[in-house]
Amino acid sequence: MSEIRSPLPGTFYRKPDPASAPFKDTGDTVAVGDVIGLVEVMKSFVEVKAEVAGTVARYLVENEQPIMAGDVLVELEG
Amino acid sequence: MGIRRLFVANRGEIAVRIVRAAKALGIETVQAFSDADKDMLAVQMADTAVRVGGPAAKHSYLNGARLVEAAGEAGCDAVHPGYGFLSENAAFAEAVEAAGLIFVGPGAETIRTMGDKAAAREAAISAGVPVVPGSKGRVEGIDAAIDTAGEIGYPVMIKAAAGGGGRGIRIAENADDLRRLMPSAQAEAQAAFGDGGFYLERLISQPRHVEVQILSDGKRAIHVFERECSLQRRRQKVWEEAPASCLDTATRDRLCASAVALAERVGYRGAGTLEYLYDDTTGEFFFIEMNTRIQVEHPITEMVTGIDLVQEMIKIAGGEPLSIAQEAVRLNGHSIEVRINAEDPANNFMPNPGTITALSVPEGEGLRFDGMIYEGYAIPPFYDSLLGKLIVHAATRGEALDRLAGALDGLRVEGVKTTAPLHRALAADPDIRQGDFHTQFLENWLTGRKLAAQ
Repeated sequence: MSEIRSPLPGTFYRKPDPASAPFKDTGDTVAVGDVIGLVEVMKSFVEVKAEVAGTVARYLVENEQPIMAGDVLVELEG
Repeated sequence: MGIRRLFVANRGEIAVRIVRAAKALGIETVQAFSDADKDMLAVQMADTAVRVGGPAAKHSYLNGARLVEAAGEAGCDAVHPGYGFLSENAAFAEAVEAAGLIFVGPGAETIRTMGDKAAAREAAISAGVPVVPGSKGRVEGIDAAIDTAGEIGYPVMIKAAAGGGGRGIRIAENADDLRRLMPSAQAEAQAAFGDGGFYLERLISQPRHVEVQILSDGKRAIHVFERECSLQRRRQKVWEEAPASCLDTATRDRLCASAVALAERVGYRGAGTLEYLYDDTTGEFFFIEMNTRIQVEHPITEMVTGIDLVQEMIKIAGGEPLSIAQEAVRLNGHSIEVRINAEDPANNFMPNPGTITALSVPEGEGLRFDGMIYEGYAIPPFYDSLLGKLIVHAATRGEALDRLAGALDGLRVEGVKTTAPLHRALAADPDIRQGDFHTQFLENWLTGRKLAAQ
C-alpha cells in the first residue's frame, strides 16, 4: 500500500473541470506521472502527479474538499 | 441619512482598509469572515465580526444571500463590497437594496451598463470619449474592409465575429496585407466557428495602461487624476504609479476630462476607475472599460492628492453630496505601489501560502503599507495571494524610486516567499527608471531571467 500526498494546501478537485469525468477512480491503474487531481491554491491550479505506480484503492478526500499540505489524497495498492 | 453601521463583505487588506476608513468617520463596523478567516486582521480590528460560511468563496464571500442576511441580522444599514468577489455584481447590489440597506457603490443599473463591454463602449461614444477605433459591427467584402481600415488606421486586427479570447485574429499592417489575409481569415473562421463574418479593430501595439480615478455623487463628478499600471503579469497588475509619467499636461487634462464626462453621462455614484490604452507613439488614448468599485491601487492616488477615497465613497453612499471641488484637487509629487504577493518569483510565481514567522515593515516619511499580515498569521490558501501593498511618495519620480528601493530593503517578511525580489530588481532596472515600458514589458523582461528567492 502506498499513498499520494498533496504537496500544497488548498482545495482539492478530482476532475479537470466540473463537466468532465474524474482523473482516476477506484480500481484504475496509475502510472508514475499520471495526474490524480488538482489543488487550487490562491487561485492557481496545480496538478498532483503520482510518484509511484499502482491501482487506486480509494480516494481519502472528496471533490472540492479543503486540504492541508501533506494530507493523503489517494491510497494505492500494488 | 448617514451610515451608522457598516457591513464589510470582503476580506484581506481591503477589509482592513475599509474598517480603518469607517472608524475615522465614526461608523461602527461588522466584518464578514469565512471559516478560513477567523484570525484575519480585519476581524480583530472591526467592532464585531460575523461568520458567513465555509472557506470556499462560493460559500462565503460570493454567497450574496448569506451576506445580505448577515448584514441585516447584525443591524447594519450599509454594505461595502470592497473589490473582487461581489463588488461588480449588479444582482448583489440589488439584493442589498431590496433588503433596505445601502450598497456602497453605484446603482445596479450602472454596474450592469458599465460591466457590459458593448454597452460601456456605446456610453463612452455618446459621451464623446475616444474608444479603440473599429468597424461598426461586421464588415462585408474586401473593398468595404479596405475603406473601413483606411478610416480606422493601420495596423488593424481582423477579428472573427464568432471568435473570442484572441482566437481567429490576424494583423494587417497595410491594405496589401488586408487583401492577402482576408480570404484565408474568412475561410478559417467559417471552418472553426461556422461563421465567416469578421470585424476590424485598430491594433495598439505596445500600449500603456492608464486609468482615471473619479468620484461622483450621481450628479457631479470630479477626477482625482490618473494612474499608470502598465507593469502586468498575466494581466495582473504588479506595480502602479501616480501620476502617469508618459503623459504631458495637455494630454492629462483631456484624458481626465473625458473620464468626468463619461461618469456624469451614466449618472455615476461613488468611486470608480476608467481604464484606457495609451499609445505613446501618437499620444492617443482609448477608453476600454470601467471598474465600478474601489481598486487595489487606490492608495497611490490618495498619496498624490491627499484625498481619502474610501472615506469619500462611504460618505457619498450615505447620501452626502460630493464635497470636493475639481479646482481643489491638486497633484503633489509622485507615488508608486508594489504588490507584495505570497508567490515565489524564483519558481514561476508559484503561490506560497504559509505562516508569517517574522515581519518588519519600514516606516517613515513618504512610506505606507496597506496589509493583512502579522507575525504568527497563517495565510489561508483559498483566496488571492496579495499580502499587502508597499506604497511610497516623494517629490519626484526619481526620488520615489529611490525611496521604494530603500523601503524594499527594509521590508522583511519571513515564513513565506514573496514578490519583493521582483520589485527590488525592477526598481533598479534602467528602463523602469527611464519610465520606458508598456503592458507587454514585464513578461518579456521576466523571460530568461532568474530572480533569487527572498
